[in-house]
Order: sequence, then structure tokens, then C-alpha cells
Amino acid sequence: MTHAAAETSSRYRPSAADLATASPMIEIRDLVTHYGKREILHGINIEVRQGEIMVIMGGSGSGKSTLLNALLGLLRPTSGSIRILGQDLNAITDIERTKLRQKMGVAFQGGALFSSLNVLENIMLPLKEHTRLDRNTMRIMARMKMQVVSLAGFENLMPAELSGGMIKRAALARAIVMDPRILFCDEPSAGLDPVVSSAIDDLILTLREAMDMSIVVVTHELESAFKIADRICVLDKGHILTIGTVDEVRHSPNEHIQNLLNRRAEPEILDPDEYLRWLTAVNQ
Amino acid sequence: MLDGLGDRMERLGRSAAAGMAEFGLGAVLLAQVMFWIVAGPRRAQPVRLEATFERCMEVGIMAVPIITLMSVTIGMMLAIQGIYSLRIFGAEEQVVLGVGMSVVREFGPLITGILVAGRTGSSLAARIGTMRISQEIDALSVMGINPVRFIVAPALIAMVVMVPILTFWSSIVMLTGAGWYISLDLGMSAGAYIDRLTEVVRVGDVMHGLGKSTLFGVLITLVGVINGAMVSGSAEGVGKMTTRSVVLSICAIIVTDMIFAFLATRS
Ligand SMILES: Nc1ncnc2c1ncn2[C@@H]1O[C@H](COP(=O)(O)OP(=O)(O)OP(=O)(O)O)[C@@H](O)[C@H]1O
Ligand SMILES: [Mg+2]
Repeated sequence: MTHAAAETSSRYRPSAADLATASPMIEIRDLVTHYGKREILHGINIEVRQGEIMVIMGGSGSGKSTLLNALLGLLRPTSGSIRILGQDLNAITDIERTKLRQKMGVAFQGGALFSSLNVLENIMLPLKEHTRLDRNTMRIMARMKMQVVSLAGFENLMPAELSGGMIKRAALARAIVMDPRILFCDEPSAGLDPVVSSAIDDLILTLREAMDMSIVVVTHELESAFKIADRICVLDKGHILTIGTVDEVRHSPNEHIQNLLNRRAEPEILDPDEYLRWLTAVNQ
Repeated sequence: MLDGLGDRMERLGRSAAAGMAEFGLGAVLLAQVMFWIVAGPRRAQPVRLEATFERCMEVGIMAVPIITLMSVTIGMMLAIQGIYSLRIFGAEEQVVLGVGMSVVREFGPLITGILVAGRTGSSLAARIGTMRISQEIDALSVMGINPVRFIVAPALIAMVVMVPILTFWSSIVMLTGAGWYISLDLGMSAGAYIDRLTEVVRVGDVMHGLGKSTLFGVLITLVGVINGAMVSGSAEGVGKMTTRSVVLSICAIIVTDMIFAFLATRS
């Protein structure tokens, strides 16, 4: 841990004061979402500022992916608002949303590369759909992003021929090819070996430095979260436990958070009667 | 007892409602494709010609061998059966009438429709289902690329263009197969066969077949896309919905065909 801390300190990191005055890029107010009749998120408030790296953490099933889907406009909230770059995601027209989405980059957990296109074509796709650049320019721009994620030379491989780490890096390259203002990464280092995982963390820090992006990262990996985050948001069962800097979260007195940080399973508190009813229930 | 009945009624009601919802979904999808064909270019987001062309190759050209093979076989089968039945009345010369009409109006569109449903409808459902579970559809949406414009529109255009062409080809091959057997069995010359065919088959019959097959193309696409889009969970879901899409689209084709036959023979 100390090693990681020493490494991060050498990188540029905006001060808390800087961030407090930077303009807000994402504003989530009282967000409530449902899947069917089940309420998943119960009134979430988060603000992400320009140039900030916000890490969203939480146990399995806490609602991280749900929150991300709402932020991307893939899941309509029941109530509350999401403003991205000052525009209300669910109140704008289709055309405006398409424009807005060109300023957002998303690297999905599984990469979500198009299996019928090779790596270069995958990365070029947003350029092809949204710009009028000629093919050569697009190719050069895509190659530059491949260089950034150290995938140079793999242009012609199909997604099926890539390793897990290469898929994540290609997805990242595709996410930044339009030079977005905001980048979303879902589990960028999950399931990767420590070296590759650390390289991806460095990449995220580099992107912030070079392009002043705001970056939202969903992750399970504590070490990676501590390394890259300016602030960490801890979710639990659809509530926010805390939002704070790495140090604040690390030294939080909250028991849930300490359990999460120390990888302790939450003790299950059960009412004996209810437990018996559940155990003997006929349906389900 | 009654409990169970109520339960079953409810389930039936619910599946009927789901069926209607799927029907509505098809209509919405069709409207969206129309929208993108018309409004896409104005929004600088046209339906990609390249992708459409690729789909056409896949739907049309790649299907030619199997359709040709099946059509020759069925043409000969019709001739064999026709001659056998008509011989009872000593009217085997009339076989050209029966074969000509039924091929152009029924067998050409039907066989092509069923083969395309099995080949293209299933692959469409599988492709979209796979794209859903791998989040490729989500990725398209967040890139500001409308999935209907990007995937469904090229597929639908390709079907509307290629299925009638395939049907036309299939009919010609069937008639050739039938003619070949007829000339062998009845000693009718090729010239006489063609003369007789052009006498009995009118342009209207051909148009009836082609019009119907266009509709089949639309049905196969919509059923494939909707089933693909309903895939949830895992790879197992893809297999299940792919099978469902083939069964449903073949049912849709046959029922539509029957309705067409009924209406057309009335007027
Ligand atoms: N498509 C869905 N339909 C119904 N319920 C869902 C769906 N997706 C998620 N849920 C429910 O929403 C809750 C939050 O799930 P979510 O996927 O957001 O968790 P997560 O924090 O991303 O967990 P993980 O770390 O395991 O990915 C879970 O209780 C889950 O059962
Ligand atoms: Mg998740």
C-alpha cells in the first residue's frame, strides 16, 4: 500500500480546492431507479467536477452497474435528475442526446467490441458515424489512440483474437477516440493480472492529465481505487454510505466501509422468526 | 381445482397480452426503420449503404445454392404428383396449368420464405441476442449510434430487396425442374411447355407471389429482431430465442400465406 501511495504522489493530482471550484460535469440529484417493482437506488446525490476521477465502489449487488446505466441513459430513472455537462439527460431531445453522447466515452466491463469488426475498425467507428473526416485521417486518429493504450501493431486482429487485457485497452481506446469530456469505465481492471491492471490505472491517470477529462470508474479493486481516485463514493444496498477523498474513506469510522475495505463479510443479522418463515416457505 | 383453472386462465391471458405486445413492438420497429430511412440523411446519420450491401450479399447471394437445389427438387415433385393425379382423369396434359399456377403463386414464395427464415431469420436473432448480452447494443447507444438504424434498417432493406428476387429465381428453377420431368414423362417439347406456361400464368400471378414474398421478408426480419432483442442473461438465452424466432417466423409466413390465398381467390 505504501508503495502504491509513493507511486501516485509523483503524478499530477488536482488539489481539493481546485476541484471545489472546477465546474460540475455530472450532477446527480435524488436519483431513484426501479427494476420492475423493486427499488434499486434510493435517492443518490453525486457531483463530479471537471478533471476529477470519481471511483464508485460497493459490494456485489449494491447498485454500481445500475447507477452507471442510469448515468449513460440506458436506464430511465423513476425520479430525480441527472445532468451531464449541464443538460438533463432525460429531458433533452434525441438529437441533443446524440450530440451529448459524443462528448461521453464508455469502456464497458466486457469491452463490448463489435465482433464483426477488427480492432482498428472498432476504434474508428465513432469517427465514421459522427464526423466527416476522410478515411485516412480517421485511420491516423484511431492509430494514435491505439498508441496511447499500447496496442500499436494489433490493428488487424479481430476481438475474438485478443486477450482480456487487450480487449479492455481496445475498449478504452474506442471510448476516447472522440476526445470525450467525460469517461466512464466499468471495472477496468477486474480479472486482469496485477501488472496489466496497474498499467490500466496509469493509463486512466494519464488520460486525465493529458485531456483534463472527468472520469467515473466503477471498480471492486481497492488498490486500484486508492491509486486513481480523487474521491471515492461507497454504495451499499442502493444508498451512498460516504463520498470522500481516499484518506477520508480509508479512515472512515463507518463499520460497513471498514468491512468493505478489510474484505470482511457483513455479518447477517436475521430475525429468527423471519428466518424460519423463509426457510420453510413453499414458493421460491 | 378451480384455483388451478384460474391460474391457467390467467397465464393464458398473460401470454395473449404478451403476444399482442410483441405485435405492437413489430409495428413500432417498422415505423422506426421507416423513420431512419427517411430522416437519417437529414440528421447526417444515414442508413449505411455499405452495411446494406453486405446484408444483401448475405441474405441473397449466399442463399442461391440451397434455394436452387430445393427448388429443382420441389418442381420435379410437383410434376410427378401432378401427372399422377391427373392421369386418373386422363388429363395429364393439364399438369402445366397446375404446376405453373401453384409454383408462381404458392410454392416459390413459401419455400423461399421458409429457407430464408431458417438461414437469415435465425442468424439475425442470434446476432442481435449475442450483441445484447455482450453489451454491444448498449455500446452502440452510448456512442450515439441508433441500433435500429445501424443494425435493423440494413437487414430489413436487404430482405425487402432480396427475398422477392430469390422468390423469382426459385419459381423459375422450380418451373424448369417441373418442365424437365414433364418433357421426360409426357414427351412434351421445351417450346410447347413454355408456350403453355405463358398461356396459363399471367403477370398478375407473378406479382401476387412477389408481393407476398416481400411481406414474408418483412415478417422474418421483425420476428428475428424482436426475438434477438428479448434475449436476456446468457448464451443459453440466445439459443432459445433463435429457435423461437425460426418457429414463429415460419408460422407467420404460413398463416399469412393462407390469408393471402383466401383473399386472392375471393376477389
Ligand atoms: N436487469 C435487471 N433486472 C432486475 N433486477 C436487476 C437487474 N440488474 C440488476 N438488478 C438488481 O439490482 C441490484 C443491483 O444490481 P447491480 O448490477 O447494479 O449491482 P452491482 O453493484 O453492479 O454488483 P456487481 O458488483 O456484482 O456487478 C441487484 O440486487 C440486482 O438483483
Ligand atoms: Mg455490476
